[in-house]
Amino acid sequence: MNDSELVRVLASIVLQATPLTIAVCGETITERAGVVNLSLDGTMLLSAMAGFVAAYESSSVWVGFLVAGLVGALFALIVAFGSIRLRKDQFAVGFVLTLLGDELSAFLGQNYTRIPGPHVSHLGIPLLKDIPILGPIFFDHDPLVYFAFVLVAVTWWWMFRSQPGLQLRSAGERPEAGFARGVNINRLRYLYTIIGGALVGIAGAAYSLDIKLGWSEGLTRGLGWIALAIVIFGGWSPIRGMAGALLFGASKALAAALQRRFPEVSVVAFNATPWVLMILVLLLVGSDATERLIQIVPRRYQRRLRQILRVRAPAALGTVFVPGETGED
Amino acid sequence: MKRASLLQRGWVIVPILVALVITALLLLAFKVSPVEGFGAMIRGAFGDMSKTLSVTAFWVPMTLAAVGLVVSFTAGLWNIGVEGQIVMGAIAASWLALKLDVPRGLLIPLEMLAAMAAGAIWAGIVAVLKTRGKVHEIFGGLAFNNLAIIFTNYLISGPWQPPEGGTFRGTSPFPDKALLPLLGDSRLSPISVVMVIVAVVGVFLILRGTAWGLKLKALGKNPDSAFLLGVSSERETILALMLCGALAGLGGAVRVTSWFDSLRQSISGGIGYLALLVVMLSAFRVAIVPFVSFFFSAVLNGSITLQLRTQLHSALGGILTGVMVLLVLLFGDIRTLRILPGQRRKKAVPDE
Amino acid sequence: MQLQIKGIRKYFGDVKANDGISLTLQPGKIYGLLGENGAGKSTLMKVLSGYHKPDSGEITLGKEGVRFDSPAEALASGIGMIYQDPLDVPSMRILDNYLLGRDRKVLLDRAEALQELRQTARRVGFEVDPQAFIDTLTLGERQQLELLRLLAMGAEVLILDEPTTGISGEQKEELFDSIRKLATVEGKTVILVSHKLAEVQELCHHVFVLRKGKLVGEAEIPCLTEDLVRLMFEDVPPRTARVPHVRQEKALELQEVGIDGERLQVSGLSFDVQSGEVFGLAGLEGSGQRLLLQACAGLIHPSQGRIFLNGRDVTRFHFHRMRSQGVAYLPAGRLEEGLVAGLSLTEHIALATMDREFLIDWKRYVEETQRRIDRYQIVGQPETLVDELSGGNQQRALFALLRSPLQLMLLEHPTRGLDVRSADWIWQLLMQRVEDGAAILFMSADLDELIERSDRIAAFSGGRMSRIVQAQETTAEELGYLIGGER
Repeated sequence: MNDSELVRVLASIVLQATPLTIAVCGETITERAGVVNLSLDGTMLLSAMAGFVAAYESSSVWVGFLVAGLVGALFALIVAFGSIRLRKDQFAVGFVLTLLGDELSAFLGQNYTRIPGPHVSHLGIPLLKDIPILGPIFFDHDPLVYFAFVLVAVTWWWMFRSQPGLQLRSAGERPEAGFARGVNINRLRYLYTIIGGALVGIAGAAYSLDIKLGWSEGLTRGLGWIALAIVIFGGWSPIRGMAGALLFGASKALAAALQRRFPEVSVVAFNATPWVLMILVLLLVGSDATERLIQIVPRRYQRRLRQILRVRAPAALGTVFVPGETGED
Repeated sequence: MKRASLLQRGWVIVPILVALVITALLLLAFKVSPVEGFGAMIRGAFGDMSKTLSVTAFWVPMTLAAVGLVVSFTAGLWNIGVEGQIVMGAIAASWLALKLDVPRGLLIPLEMLAAMAAGAIWAGIVAVLKTRGKVHEIFGGLAFNNLAIIFTNYLISGPWQPPEGGTFRGTSPFPDKALLPLLGDSRLSPISVVMVIVAVVGVFLILRGTAWGLKLKALGKNPDSAFLLGVSSERETILALMLCGALAGLGGAVRVTSWFDSLRQSISGGIGYLALLVVMLSAFRVAIVPFVSFFFSAVLNGSITLQLRTQLHSALGGILTGVMVLLVLLFGDIRTLRILPGQRRKKAVPDE
Repeated sequence: MQLQIKGIRKYFGDVKANDGISLTLQPGKIYGLLGENGAGKSTLMKVLSGYHKPDSGEITLGKEGVRFDSPAEALASGIGMIYQDPLDVPSMRILDNYLLGRDRKVLLDRAEALQELRQTARRVGFEVDPQAFIDTLTLGERQQLELLRLLAMGAEVLILDEPTTGISGEQKEELFDSIRKLATVEGKTVILVSHKLAEVQELCHHVFVLRKGKLVGEAEIPCLTEDLVRLMFEDVPPRTARVPHVRQEKALELQEVGIDGERLQVSGLSFDVQSGEVFGLAGLEGSGQRLLLQACAGLIHPSQGRIFLNGRDVTRFHFHRMRSQGVAYLPAGRLEEGLVAGLSLTEHIALATMDREFLIDWKRYVEETQRRIDRYQIVGQPETLVDELSGGNQQRALFALLRSPLQLMLLEHPTRGLDVRSADWIWQLLMQRVEDGAAILFMSADLDELIERSDRIAAFSGGRMSRIVQAQETTAEELGYLIGGER
């Protein structure tokens, strides 16, 4: 039973969704603090390249992840500095970094494309991996997968069950309130933007050192944008974000399976899946049509349904906070 | 309104120079002397007449898209979808070029109109997704960029593949009458330069002197107030994006009918994204756009020569322009840096 | 603990918001701080609560001099402030909002915080449901929560900034009772910032009056209200006499109108407003009067019934169509929702008044703008950007943008936050429109304003409209009952 086709597919979905989960978690942290780091696509490309090169030169995947994390943190620092200190448009800075990261990864990585290098090795968790069905799906992978599980759980707990988490959320929801209670809003925003960026960097390296084994130009192109969309779909919650990443992985696996089943259908239909899916889920969580649908069901189920289907962005997302200029009447 | 001092005006040179220095350091890191590297780029862009014409030919579609983006940025919209709008314009023009058998004098205008319509429709979808579906135009645009590229690949490898078999590289060349008349043996069509001039002047006048331009300005600065002042945000959002899409689509038509002679796999190849950078570096002012765009075109064409000469990846050109835009964006306005004496940010007087 | 303020100065550019103010405050007493808009009350309180650093001057608490770099430091020293718009996090539960910033530990001690919250609430006589979300509470309840939080954090000096704006009479009584208890029983120092003389008379022991950044007088309560008014304004502003202009033509008529709001349903609205009439709407925030105004403006559509404008069915008209029919709507957040920062006055006038023209005749609009600048006494040039105008001038600019002629004006809190003099000026402008035949339908939280300015008044309570009363025959007390939903 553990070797059945379905279990194998499910296990591969969990593996494939891992980098995306880490990136979504990182960006969720950043946006919960009120900053949009739009540079994800470029950050992931550059850190995928940098992580691979560092791992290749040092023969250690861990050095690779470290360097990738630093690259992600550096890009995030630029976004944070630009928006917090210089008060520039976050979207503009993030977008320029997206393109720059792409070009930099192509240029700096030009001598390292399509060569074999070190990669994360498999490590099943004893006992847990022997659980029927669940074992092979969740616990017979490499350490990065488990890191993603732990990361999501810890992030959720930190955000919703700890004092620093309350402060983090206040920075994204109502910075004036946090400030009045002694929270240094802009310091938190720097901190969480950088942490989020580092996680995005690690996610990038997860592609070149684990999922795709090696670097080639444009390796992760497009996935950063997918991650940004999943953050919204996930309603800025790490757990829902992970569900979104898994759902995305599942739909891709499904598309691949369908393609094998119906070879006569053009490959185009399947390539288009992620993008069509992206629009559909954003429509689902955002559009007024969903709200009208919710109105149809009996009143007492509406609140619950709304929680499942709709999302609400942190109220102060993307805004500038200037201490002392707040609380004006 | 205070007049900017010489220092404030001239300051923007500083981040530009820093960007050049960073690029020079990158060249050094790859063991190429900056003199040789930049020299190769300049020769690649302006070494002889044909190179300069090539730079100009590349400049045309990028400038068309950038001029369109000034409109959408004025309305406060991030039209990342411009790349897909170029592609759809190219596809529409290719469709007529391949399938329509009418005289040249009719075919070319039809190609251009079809391209503009296709670009406008592609942008219109993104606009409606935003106004009706609350899907941010960045995500809508991005998804439709990828869908446009996937559609191109489908056409090239499927219905429009050349009779000798699909190579995944492009359609068969269009008949001569479907192509824009070119200057000598260059890839530049004088007609396309006229299109750019008309677009620049037109958009300048629209934004400066028409009621619609004023509405877009208000919408871009404060949509809520603009609505209560009588601006229909939905209508203007859709129209602004569609105008941008039309100009981008026209750029796509120019790509297939003069730069290339057929529909190719990477028909735009990121021109739309570059146009976004051009507009940012131009500080969203349409009068500056053509010049900045020409600089970009020179750098990118030059870096292809650089690659041929030194085996260095041509992405260096993109890095130079990218770093430059980033630095100018961050540090280009000396007043926001708060480093000059007596330049501390003026505190707002609170209303009591 | 005695609180002393000595020679506080705070300048914003050339504006002397506080120009050498000294006060001494004793524990166990309630102080009123009076002054018109721009007198410097809020600035002084922000200096005291750690939001602004003074340019010079000192604050002494007990025997020690103190300096605050942030509101949290001020609170740690025992000075806490409650704002009109409470500084809480709307998307959080009450308990989380209470826990936010309570200590520097990582782990939350929910049980302890819960007990503390309940205890403090009992002490002051409030009721709280710790699991409710902040954004489901009324403004008054949110203020109570802030008060509880400050008390639990050990505040000895409590500053309340216009706390009765937008809360019900019952909540006001509750709040005043607890404030009295806190001062007399627990020995707290309370400062009430207000421009409502009646409240100061009712609650305070002692009052300070500020004018143009300086302390111009103080008095023990009770004292003559006229004296306070004379201190606040150098000369007592004359009230313009109210002359009715009601004509016997229905400007607006509603027939059995029902509106579905997000949290509230309004139903059974049937009434009319005559040309030249001023119709006031009383009621607590969120009782339905705002939905009514928005429905009349075409911003939302009623779920049932019909709306007529000058006899024409406009039920399904949207806002821009209503606008072209001569309907004006002024939202409560005027400076955010009314003006566009970055555009000049001329551009505003052009936007607001242009018809279906394609090209803009800038010369004509500059001349028109200059005319309106003169008429509305705006300090500025046609090319001045609206964000470079002072607050008062922005307000005037907003009225300068109104088109003529107008059939119906829908106003949310037309004078909220304004002092008597500025409010009177606004009403003079409005009455000119009424004289020309416009009808006004407005909502206000200020019962005196409603009685003084309206011809007829109705109150909203939980989505229901009360009977309509004649302004001349009603009293604040009667309106209070109607707001409470009584007959």
